[in-house]
Amino acid sequence: MINENNINELHHGLAVEVSRFSEGWRIFKKNKLALWGLIIFAVFFMVAVSGLFLTTGDNPVLDPSKVRLSEKLLKPFTTVDMEMIKPGDQPLFGTYLLGTDDLGRDIFARMMQGAWVSLTVGFVAVGISVLIGIIMGGIAGYYGMYRIKLIHVLFLIAFFCSMVFLASGQRGLAVNSALLSLLFAVISVIYNYFSLKVNRGPAILNILFFDTFTVDTLIMRFVDVMLCFPSFFLILTIVAILPASIYNIMIVIGLTSWMGTTRFVRAEFLSLREQDFVSAAKVMGIPDLSIIFRHMIPNAAAPVLVSAAIGVADAILTEAGLSFLGFGVPPPHATWGNVLSDGKRFLFDAPWLTYIPGLSILVVVLSFNLFGEGLRDALNPKLRKR
Amino acid sequence: MLSFTIRSFFQKLVTLFFISIISFLVVYLAPGKPSQIDPLNPKFTPQDLVRFQKEFNLDKPLHIQYYLYYKNLFTGQLKSWKDNQPVMGKVYERFLNSLWLFIVGTVITWCLSFPIGISAAIRRGSVFDRSTTFLSYVLISVPGFFFAYILIIFVVKTFDVPVIGMQTFGMSNAENIYQIMDRVWHLVLPSILGALGGIALLSRYVRAQMLEVIHQDYIRTARAKGLSTDMVYYKHGFRNALLPFVTMFGLILPGVIGGSVITESIFAWPGMGRMGYEAILARDYPIILTLNFIVAVLVLIGTFISDLLYMVVDPRIRL
Repeated sequence: MINENNINELHHGLAVEVSRFSEGWRIFKKNKLALWGLIIFAVFFMVAVSGLFLTTGDNPVLDPSKVRLSEKLLKPFTTVDMEMIKPGDQPLFGTYLLGTDDLGRDIFARMMQGAWVSLTVGFVAVGISVLIGIIMGGIAGYYGMYRIKLIHVLFLIAFFCSMVFLASGQRGLAVNSALLSLLFAVISVIYNYFSLKVNRGPAILNILFFDTFTVDTLIMRFVDVMLCFPSFFLILTIVAILPASIYNIMIVIGLTSWMGTTRFVRAEFLSLREQDFVSAAKVMGIPDLSIIFRHMIPNAAAPVLVSAAIGVADAILTEAGLSFLGFGVPPPHATWGNVLSDGKRFLFDAPWLTYIPGLSILVVVLSFNLFGEGLRDALNPKLRKR
Repeated sequence: MLSFTIRSFFQKLVTLFFISIISFLVVYLAPGKPSQIDPLNPKFTPQDLVRFQKEFNLDKPLHIQYYLYYKNLFTGQLKSWKDNQPVMGKVYERFLNSLWLFIVGTVITWCLSFPIGISAAIRRGSVFDRSTTFLSYVLISVPGFFFAYILIIFVVKTFDVPVIGMQTFGMSNAENIYQIMDRVWHLVLPSILGALGGIALLSRYVRAQMLEVIHQDYIRTARAKGLSTDMVYYKHGFRNALLPFVTMFGLILPGVIGGSVITESIFAWPGMGRMGYEAILARDYPIILTLNFIVAVLVLIGTFISDLLYMVVDPRIRL
């Protein structure tokens, strides 16, 4: 019997075990820029969360949409003119910490509200893209070698057509193609049943079960197709056509940025699939899903984490760009992009309306980029001490 | 080589077919009809709506619309919904304007990235290396529109020159030299802005590539036989580091349109990006789709050229 003492004795005399985390942290700490990125990210996170609590509710501490027309375009650190403003309408501490805009709204409150928008857009969009990326890349990497039969291709095409016609409101065509796809599905099931029983399907139907391309080809060609679109222009088109809402922006950014993650995950899975621990798990009869989620994904996490950190930076920049062009989060909700966009008309009279949101976006995006690069080094096995 | 060319050509054709379907569906399946763009316009009667839908095939089933759209695109008969002008003519006019920005921006990018990247690699860990590294992160992270405004404030206040648009209004009667100077000043800021992101990325890439090369054995050999430092770095090192960049000439092709939407909107530059932005505002689907299609074609041609160049410059590669 092996008990705890024995295990401790076994470990005695071997090299001191260093966990991957502490080893990675040791490398990460050396990179001063990345450390600053992490610190700024932590500060930004706290600001965003407190911004959410301080600016929502019926009577918020910081009211981002309170209009005070007598107090417009004030410089940062201006104190309130007590004679003009009712006591209830005063900003926090009676001071406009970051000035006011052309409607006399408190920029500090608007920036606090916008921080939460930037944070959620960044994280939700990247969450969506990472989820799609892991699923697509995982399928391409693990099940990639299987070939798709002709009838399955036909089924997919018919099903896709019926969805499209349904969405465009052409009922007749939608029903027809749905019936067609049902027919293909039925044929496929019957064929499988027969070939199991008689070990051979009907000869005429064999042509329908001709092997076409592999699953890997299907997914990677789709990635190629998506990479051909001009991403910002595509996002702009979709966001402009859909009704203005913050959720649409998150979803659209997520749906157009999963291709990099897919490629990373597929590449990792292709090499992991051949390794001994995966073969061992297969021999032990562990189900595929369990192998993928328990054994392979943790080992493929490094490149995904790095691309996610940089993806958050890109998503925040994209959201700011959309808000700037007027397609972002609808007013009166403040985001850093639309504070800047509103301020551009007063570029020479009130430059702080441009500098404050611009510099905030720059610092936050920079921190994510530096953090991502530091993470890349920390997770790089070549730099680890052996 | 020939078999690769033919195979690659057909693969790209299939890709293009799927791109055409997806971009068509994205635009046409979205909620809201283009005929509803101005519902409050009293001059737009229901009869006009029917006429509009008939004129632009909007009353037909979706697959017929798809067929008619791409047939018109390839025969050059596609009309803009906004002003009924041929789309190809409009795009070509804007393309010439964008081309200027693209050429100047590309020249700036390539002329600056290589010296910066190489010096950073040679003096690895120096103040120069660390500051250019940090600066390139800043350039990647700065929102383009914010940086544009900083530059506008700076240039307008310091040099007192006009920067918005392609030329100053009413300059057409001035002497040639003034006209040319006016054009140049208008070109400077947007092309620098277009180039900055490229400089940041490309110089990092040059640095990484150069670092890889100068740790090779043949560089040590070159040093050991007593060659001068410049000779070692620029003849033996740089030539080998150059290889991946030859192929990047193909990949910059889509930059003619991509990424210029915000810059062109700020500077009121009548190029393709701004045209796309205006088309999106007006729901002018033929122009949106045509621009998407052109970018996709450019990306595919670019990757094709870069694959071919790879084979030409590196005989070891067989595709």
